[in-house]
Amino acid sequence: MSNIAVTDAAAPSTAAKPFLTRLGTGFVNRLVIIVPYLWLLFFFLIPFVIVFKISLSQTAIAMPPYTPVLDFRDGISGFFAGFRDLNFDNYVWLTQDALYFKAYITSVVIAAISTVLTLIVGYPIAYGMARAPATIRPTLLMLVILPFWTSFLIRVYAWIGILKPEGLLNQLLLSLHIINQPLVILNTYTAIFIGIVYSYLPFMVLPLYSSLEKMDYSLIEAAKDLGCPPTSAFWKITFPLSLPGVIAGALLVFIPAVGEFVIPDLLGGSQTLMIGKTLWNEFFANRDWPVSSAVAVILLLLLTVPIMFFQQAQAKAQEQGK
Amino acid sequence: MNTTWSRFNVTSIVLGFAFLYLPIVLLVVFSFNESKLVTVWGGFSTKWYVSLFHNQGLMDATWVTARVGVISATVATVLGTLAALTLTRYTRFRGRVLFSGMVFAPLVMPEVITGLSLLLLFVAVGLDRGFFTVTLAHITLTMCFVAVVVQSRLVSFDRSLEEAAMDLGATPAKTFFQITLPVILPAIVSGWMLAFTLSLDDLVIASFTSGPGATTLPMKIYSQVRLGVTPEINAACTILIAVVAVGVIIASIANKRREVQRQLDERAAQRG
Repeated sequence: MSNIAVTDAAAPSTAAKPFLTRLGTGFVNRLVIIVPYLWLLFFFLIPFVIVFKISLSQTAIAMPPYTPVLDFRDGISGFFAGFRDLNFDNYVWLTQDALYFKAYITSVVIAAISTVLTLIVGYPIAYGMARAPATIRPTLLMLVILPFWTSFLIRVYAWIGILKPEGLLNQLLLSLHIINQPLVILNTYTAIFIGIVYSYLPFMVLPLYSSLEKMDYSLIEAAKDLGCPPTSAFWKITFPLSLPGVIAGALLVFIPAVGEFVIPDLLGGSQTLMIGKTLWNEFFANRDWPVSSAVAVILLLLLTVPIMFFQQAQAKAQEQGK
Repeated sequence: MNTTWSRFNVTSIVLGFAFLYLPIVLLVVFSFNESKLVTVWGGFSTKWYVSLFHNQGLMDATWVTARVGVISATVATVLGTLAALTLTRYTRFRGRVLFSGMVFAPLVMPEVITGLSLLLLFVAVGLDRGFFTVTLAHITLTMCFVAVVVQSRLVSFDRSLEEAAMDLGATPAKTFFQITLPVILPAIVSGWMLAFTLSLDDLVIASFTSGPGATTLPMKIYSQVRLGVTPEINAACTILIAVVAVGVIIASIANKRREVQRQLDERAAQRG
């Protein structure tokens, strides 16, 4: 692994040297880097290469159910022969069936709407937490994090009992005579929105809170003193200052929501269309591994830009933390 | 800073927390329901918990999940801590951008992609799907979360403590185990717990990478939920929530104790 050689070792000042360098041997130093590096390379990066490879192979009735591509068993010539067998049939197939296109578009739209809804729900909570007396802030923070520790599946499951036609929400609304007939919420897109907002709310609130907490509120007071009405003070001062938190929160909600499976499957019923569910069905019901790989590759390409934004935001936050 | 906590702030917090907690509370309440209908209250009963313990399939799945969770969280904590050290201490090595990319990307990667890609890897290298592959998959996912938690602690770590120890003649290894490790230990512990709960929760990646004989609890719950909502699942969920809640409470009490002890030590040291 020559590309992960430690270049720090030659740094002139002792204080600037990485801590383990002082062991005198670069061995431990390198081990710290190499072990997690190799692990992620093997279990995170290489699998994507395999997905890509299999998306270019043909479906076969066998186990595993695809024809091998880039087979090294026949030596180098077999390897090059494999290139001739590469085919884009699976991708052509994805463009021919309108179902896939619709599923991608719907997923992105649902994720985008849910992200905005999560922001609208999460902002007042984060703002209220940031303005809370400093003594109770840790407790409030703990209360936001706590639901994250309980199972995602359980939290989604809990909503089935609430949203069902004979569920708790309808019982409540009927008994209060707000509605005369039970609302149909479960197995609609509305239920998916509720599920995503609920499940991902902590991911939005935490980054928002950390950027709102750092804000200098005397700015707002200065604006007020100068005659600025509260709403325009919010849009001119508070919101722009919390923008890093908004962006981080939005990416943390949007990216996983696009490929969400559990929520559309349990709350959206069979009528709703999302790409994570399509991939799952393609894999588990149709057992078509090459097509589900192609679905995954396109989904990954779709998310590359937001994921890169996310990494940049992370790197920046890391810099500021120092 | 002069904080004014307006009525609007209080209301939004109360409503927000009600939204976050009410579904979980209702789920727990209805696990004690006498009636088989999950949403109609028929009196208090613990019978669903009793029938739960007679459900062999569910018990087996719980055992598998617990083992996968402990093993994967432990390995992930070691790897994640190393990754965090790499990210904070070695700012210049070739391939660092790729490395930080591989640490951060799994945090947001849709689980269906991670699950599918890991499965295809296991098939390609000829590993039989089962307990071992689920554990490997969970290590890969959760080590990145551990890395982020430990890294945030390392960033605020006062390096002069290490320098002082080494100036006083401690070897780097001794410095690491006596100074650095105790300071970042709370982060490592919460990293382990996060990894454990993530493993306990995971449905999608486990479904892809698991094989016959290694059905995890979420997989079991999921297949039962698809057949219909029953109080028995509510009871299973309640136990899971209770386990996690007790763990989190113990950890935070332990954390607080350690903090108090540390302050006492500091005061004692100052008095000399």
